[in-house]
Amino acid sequence: MKANYGYMDGSGEFFITIDTDSCIACGHHGCVSACPVGMFEIIVDDYDDEVAAIKGDHRKKVKYDCGPCKPVSDRPPLPCVTACTPGAISHSW
Amino acid sequence: MGAKFIKVLLFKDGRVVVRTREEAGFEPLAAAEKAYAAALAQAGVAESDVQNVFATGAGRKNAPRAKDSITEVSAAARGINHLMPNVRTVIDVGAEEGRAVKCSATGKVDDFAINEKCAAGAGSFTEAVARALEVPLEEFGRLSLQSSKAIPMNAQCAVFAESEVVSLVHAKTPKSDIARAVHDAIASRIVSMVRRVGINNDVALIGGVSNNPGFVDALSRGLETNVTVPEHAEFIGALGAALIAGERSN
Repeated sequence: MKANYGYMDGSGEFFITIDTDSCIACGHHGCVSACPVGMFEIIVDDYDDEVAAIKGDHRKKVKYDCGPCKPVSDRPPLPCVTACTPGAISHSW
Repeated sequence: MGAKFIKVLLFKDGRVVVRTREEAGFEPLAAAEKAYAAALAQAGVAESDVQNVFATGAGRKNAPRAKDSITEVSAAARGINHLMPNVRTVIDVGAEEGRAVKCSATGKVDDFAINEKCAAGAGSFTEAVARALEVPLEEFGRLSLQSSKAIPMNAQCAVFAESEVVSLVHAKTPKSDIARAVHDAIASRIVSMVRRVGINNDVALIGGVSNNPGFVDALSRGLETNVTVPEHAEFIGALGAALIAGERSN
């Protein structure tokens, strides 16, 4: 399952996509500790799988919460994407 | 446990026994208790006869009587799969949220996106404009079907869009054209979200806004495909939760 957390508004589409089918295979969940603002959590989804998700209080402001990791120029690799060894995390912007 | 209405559905032996609903208002938990009691009374069953209770929706974590909860996304996919097994894209538009779910032949979620931030892509926007135009909400959808003129609404935000509606009113724009513009604006936001997960036919619309024929028309035009609205569309999430509750009881 591809879970898209985020929103659209007048300034664009801001979604963090987690491919839970890839996420299931991950044993260390490096995304949780890699995110500087702690946006990620591990949940048991509706299919009883342990997967990463974006915490509820971050879903409506991902654009702003992710801002420090996304400078306008010389953008480094995103820590959550780098830490996610199964390659389950992607950002729409 | 919807943002606007609390729905209760009793399911037994593969069929729906009863459906009840109460406006959530300021006391959603009390409304849930009332809807639950009404469902038991209408079905003529005691609470001890109920095998399992699952909640879904915005307030699912606080639902009284519920032994467990399931997300709106999984409930929608499971519910629509039970009624319309050919549906692969289910769009759920309620009072405060819109969701697009791509589901498998078994009713499992493949992909989903939720708009839980923008009021301009949810049912409460139609309510606000219907109130401003002094048109009953029940007539607002039908009114828009009388229009043949597309007026683009440029504002991306419900608050600014309401300002645009006021400008249209001052410009003596017919109410039917304003109603269509509003439905087209909401539909365009939902269409954009649906395209994110992909449009796989058949497409079904559920949730309270599916009762609005103006929005169904706008969404069909926006998606360029036929959108089916199942019977009792606002209860599909409750149906899915009931089906999952039944499966987990066994």
